[in-house]
Amino acid sequence: MSTHKITVNVNGTPHTAEVEARLLLVHFIRETLSLTGTHIGCDTTSCGACTVLLDDRPVKSCTVLAVQADGASVTTVEGLAPPTGALHPMQAAFIEQHGLQCGFCTPGMMLTSIALLKHNPHPTEDEIRWGISGNLCRCTGYMNIVKAVQTAAANMAAANEPALAEAGGQNA
Amino acid sequence: MIPPAFDYASPKTLSDAVALLSQNEGSKVLAGGHSLIPMLKFRLASPSMLVDINRLEGLSYIREADGWLKIGAMTREVDLERSSLVTDRYPLLADTTHVIADPIVRQMATLGGNLAHGDPANDHPATMLAYGAQVVAVGPNGSRTIPCSEFFTDLFTTALAHDEILTEIQIPIPPAHSGGAYFKMERKVGDYGTAGVAAQVSLDAAGNFARVGLGLTNVGLVPVQAREAEAALTGHAPSDDLLHQAAGLAAAAAQPNGDRRGSEDYKRSLVKTLTMRALRKALARATGGQA
Repeated sequence: MSTHKITVNVNGTPHTAEVEARLLLVHFIRETLSLTGTHIGCDTTSCGACTVLLDDRPVKSCTVLAVQADGASVTTVEGLAPPTGALHPMQAAFIEQHGLQCGFCTPGMMLTSIALLKHNPHPTEDEIRWGISGNLCRCTGYMNIVKAVQTAAANMAAANEPALAEAGGQNA
Repeated sequence: MIPPAFDYASPKTLSDAVALLSQNEGSKVLAGGHSLIPMLKFRLASPSMLVDINRLEGLSYIREADGWLKIGAMTREVDLERSSLVTDRYPLLADTTHVIADPIVRQMATLGGNLAHGDPANDHPATMLAYGAQVVAVGPNGSRTIPCSEFFTDLFTTALAHDEILTEIQIPIPPAHSGGAYFKMERKVGDYGTAGVAAQVSLDAAGNFARVGLGLTNVGLVPVQAREAEAALTGHAPSDDLLHQAAGLAAAAAQPNGDRRGSEDYKRSLVKTLTMRALRKALARATGGQA
């Protein structure tokens, strides 16, 4: 059983730790770093509750080894907004549209949706539903989650468009 | 769940990776990991060492060359999904990629891993059989090419030797008037298909079937190539009667087991229906329609 010294940049802060090869990324985040906003749901790659961004890609952190994240950047829900600053537009939209009930799926849902909007800033309702199809919610029936993502898309586009116009519309 | 203990290595070169596999009998390749890591947690696999090939360079690409579409084995499903080359010219592959697991899993899952895992419930094997594709494997004695029709040898077993790594998938560039489609029935997003059918057809100048490939997902210990159905179509003009006859032959080629996804009879019936749908859509695409 090998152990490995890894350095992972989590929410902008580099963390170095000696980990067993078998340590899962979600356990590294929750137990080594005490960032418990990332939830463990099914633990079998189905529910998406443990979704984090790994170098900007949404991944199910119960199915990635911590050692695989060595040298990478991870964003968890704690990294979406500073402790005392304004919420991320996605968080604000989930509040505004009541996109959560128990809240268990919410961190994964928001991180997946942020990644979706980064790739497709103006998704249709079908594209949103397709995009979050790897994240299960057992409370809401998804209606308000979809509305929240639509609201966030509109607000983020409105905030970004002047900057994008200056940049010649690149990466729209 | 915590996986069993194992050693881990992240080699920098393909030859180092092959050497690690050769030197460690109980070792296993870690690609996207989205089949292997769940299996570790369930104790369905207990390798002594994982050889992580995610940091190897040069195994992720999609390009046409020498009459083949060549895809690096570590190409992620999401990269296939977003490739305009795949979307525009390989609709069967695009269809298949789009229904694998769920969008987050597709961020990590790789084409090579989907094939090398040897799971008949995976979707790419049937598609590669329909295309008449082949794979390149690199081992201690160099590389060799293996037709997909000879690749899947048993349940979770492929023609790869323990110390061979699948590096590239090669799909023949289809001639003009070709089209393909993949249909699968799944109970919910992320579930394995109850059954799936991949169809790839090429038509000659007269509009007859010049080549037909039909692969079946999750209806046997290995992905099934419906050869009798292919033969029944080849050389003939498409007609509803002929498609029905071929779909019946495809259903007969299926070797499903009854389970909680359905009985043996139900799955055979499903293969027949999905074969009809896949052939019709493949034909529509081959003739320029998008139906």
